[in-house]
This record gives sequence, structure tokens and C-alpha cells, in this order.
Amino acid sequence: MDYALQQLLNALAFGAEYSLVALGLAVVFSIMGLVNFAHGEIIGVSAYSVFLAAALGLTSPFVAVLLAVAAAALAAIAFERVAFRPVRYAPTTTGLLTAFGVSIVVQNLFMLLISPKPQSVSILNGLNQMWFVGPFAVSSLQVMELIVSGLTILALVLFLNRSTLGLAIRAASRDFATVRLMGIRANRVIATAFAISGALAGIAAVFIIARRGSVSPDLGFSLVLKAFVACVIGGFGSLAGAAAGGMLLGFIEVGLLVALPQEYGGFKDALTYVIIVALLVYRPEGLLGQRVELGDKEI
Amino acid sequence: MLSVDNLVVRYGAVSAVRDLNLKVGRGELVALLGPNGAGKSSTINALTGLVTPASGRIVLDGQDISRVRTEDRIRAGLTSTPEGRHIFANLTVGENLRLGAATRRDPKGVRGDIDRFLALFPVLSERYGQAAGTLSGGEQQMLAISRSLMSRPKLLLLDEPSLGLAPKIVERIFDFIGELKREGLTLLVVEQNARQALRFADRVYVVSTGTLRYEGPPAELADEHGLFNLYIGG
Repeated sequence: MDYALQQLLNALAFGAEYSLVALGLAVVFSIMGLVNFAHGEIIGVSAYSVFLAAALGLTSPFVAVLLAVAAAALAAIAFERVAFRPVRYAPTTTGLLTAFGVSIVVQNLFMLLISPKPQSVSILNGLNQMWFVGPFAVSSLQVMELIVSGLTILALVLFLNRSTLGLAIRAASRDFATVRLMGIRANRVIATAFAISGALAGIAAVFIIARRGSVSPDLGFSLVLKAFVACVIGGFGSLAGAAAGGMLLGFIEVGLLVALPQEYGGFKDALTYVIIVALLVYRPEGLLGQRVELGDKEI
Repeated sequence: MLSVDNLVVRYGAVSAVRDLNLKVGRGELVALLGPNGAGKSSTINALTGLVTPASGRIVLDGQDISRVRTEDRIRAGLTSTPEGRHIFANLTVGENLRLGAATRRDPKGVRGDIDRFLALFPVLSERYGQAAGTLSGGEQQMLAISRSLMSRPKLLLLDEPSLGLAPKIVERIFDFIGELKREGLTLLVVEQNARQALRFADRVYVVSTGTLRYEGPPAELADEHGLFNLYIGG
């Protein structure tokens, strides 16, 4: 029982983390058609900001969390302003290559300016404790990951459904030109989408630092690949799909880890992708994706 | 209100609009007619700034807006209901109307305007919380025009409001357009459906292959049968 509960919590926590990062990718993709592979470096900037602040004497974990989220949001806005805005109207492949470029440049900056080796960061270790709930031992970090991700997604849903800027982001995901005809500034809509994407990455960064206790130049990259897969499962561009896809990916991974005999554990990733490929054969548009709606725009 | 001088729009080597001159006076309803591909929509897109003209000057209320961004032209009081309606299909009817008022900072006035359009088009009221993509074509056109009016524009550009709609609905839409004119709104209506457009027009421009062919009152256009048939047809 204890083991089953532990694995369930594992799946939920991994799933929540994938969902956060996948949502960040999906928010930007839905309005710009840009797969931002530099999203991992936004997580990186966030993590290294905490590392530097701690090295400079910051001791409050609370401030470190705020710093992580703020740094990630600012990094995302800066990436957009410097790298993506000049190629906004270029073909999508240009945006994709730009994203890889940003990713490589920023990773190398971490290596050159700080170190290629992992650096220890202990300021957030306090988040990772064992809690005893009745007879069960659970990780406080995983519980928090689940709750915070849930609240974040709730806040995002409220923002997208209630605020004018949120409505504009949803509208822009289908028809950007007409959003501009409403007098809404395109730059503001895009900057807001990047800021949201960055803030989500910052929250994910907090959990990564707390779990690993260290930062390294490539810390976000593999996570973004997972998030990309989550987006594909859920249907690229669909926000609900990204969240659902992330959760499903968490469950598939942990499920395989539990189901596979120890000596076949190495096949976990391979089998994960087999399951995803099988899923996409039956639903090429993803779980919640929509076939491209042409409607009556052009007659 | 609006004056366009020597407007040229090009897509690569193709000229869509050649040296177009056009004026719309305050409170006027001006019709811009012409066959498919005449450059009417290109003219509208140049006016809203969604297309950058190769040359020419666009002056709105004495202010040169030729180099002003789309968003700021809307804020300056010009708005457009695009061809094909372009309602936000994934948003509800209410959310579409709210976005139309995105530039306004008077929530009470916005609420009042929304109520006004819901009273005017009861079907929008019935479908207020529904995704706008589920509306019929005519209902979408009513929503699209209402959404444009939510910004309280000085000048409304209507691009092919009759497109793809049944004759009865088209008549209803044009009745509403006539109503807007009586209320004092300035309108520039682009149409292929000349009969409807001429019902309330003060003046008419006819374009074909990007060039102006006729300019004047609608009565004379109707008299000159040759021109009417050549460029517009029945």
C-alpha cells in the first residue's frame, strides 16, 4: 500500500512538472506557431539566478522562489524581444532555428561564465522533506509540486477566461490579425504569452533545484524534450492538451518503472515512446488537439 | 473624415491597387464597388494597416496615419469588420463583444453597449455564453459588426458584409447598416452586391483591376448601364 501510494504520488509529481513546462511551450506555440526549444534555458536562467543569489549571500528560500519565477519571466520576455521578435513574420523553421540558437548560446554562457560542472545550490533543500501522514511517508516536495501546479493551472485558466488580455491570447491563437483589429497591441499579447510561459518555467525550476540540490548548464534541456512530447500527446497548441499530455507522460513513465523488472528498467524510455507512437497512430492530432479548422475564413 | 491619396498596394510584382484616390466625409456612407479581385479588400487592408502600401497617403481626421500601426489606427477611431467576418470562433459571443471594447476604459459604458446589441440582435443574447463558431453565417455577421462597433469608432469599414449570406439576411444586415448611418456613423462599405450597397450610399466608387473607374452619386451610376453592367453586373 505504502509502495503503491508512493508510486502514485511519483506519477502525479512528474506529471505536474511536465504539465507546467508543456503549458509554457503551448502558450507560446498557440499564438506564434513557435516551438520554443530555448524554453529549457529559461529554466536554466531561473536556476542560475537562484544559484548566484545564494552565492552572494541570499538565505531566504521564500525570496529565492520569487526570484526564480521573476527571473524566468524576465528571461522569457528578453528572449522574445531580442531573438524572436525580429523573425516573427519569418517562416516557422526560422523561428525553430532561432530557438535552437538561443538555447546553445545561453547554455554556453552558463559554461563560460560560471562552470560546465554542476554547482551545488542548497537554499531550497528545505522544501524536500519527508512528511508522515498516518502510516505513510510522503515527500513534501512532491505534494507541493502537485498542489502548486494545480493552483498555477487554475490561475492560468482564470486569467485566460476573465481578463481582456487573456481573451486576446486565446483569440490570437486562432486569428492574430483580427485581434489587432480590436486595437490590442500584438507586442503586448506576445510579451504576455512569453511572460506566462517564463513564469511557468520558473515554478518548474524551483522544484528542480529543490530536488537536485544543484544546477548545471543543460538542466532544462531534457525536460523541454519531455514537455515537447507531452504537447504532441495532448495536441500541439491546445493548452488543456499540454496539461493532460504532461500528466499522462508522468503516469506512463512511472507505470513502466513499476511494471518493468529491474533488469529491463533501461527500456523505460524506449517503451514510453512506443506507447506514444501507438497513441498517435490512432489520434494523429493528439488527445485534445483539433484538426485545423478552416471554417469560413476564406471562401 | 478620411482621405486617401495615390494609394498603391503591391504584392510582389503584382499591383493590387493603382493610384487610388478616395474621400469619405463625416456622416457619409460611401460604397466601394467592383468585381472580385478589383483591389477592394487590399484597399481596406491598407486602410487598417494590415497591409503596408507601396506608396500613398492616408489621412484620418486631419492626422496622417499612413505609417501608424494597426492597433493605433483602431485607437484613433477607425475600425473594420473584415471580409469573411473573422469572429473568434473559440470564444463565446460575450467574449467576442468584450474584446471589441478592448481599447475602452469605461466598464459601465461597455456593459451598456453590450446590452444594446443583445437587445438589437436577440439571437446573440440567446447564444451569449456559446462559442461564436456555432453561430450561423448571418448571426456571425451581426456579431462581427457589433464587435466592431464596441470600440465606438468614428469610421467603420465594412468588407463584403453580404458575403456568403442568404438574400433575406443580407437585406437585414443592410437595414442595420442604414440604421447606423442614420445614427450619424461614417461608413465605407466594400461590396460586390451593388444593389444592396447602393440602397443607402451617398457616393459610390467603382474599381476594377486596381484602378478607379467611376466616382459619383449612385443615381448616375445606375443610369449609366454600360458601366454598371461592365463592372458590377446585375
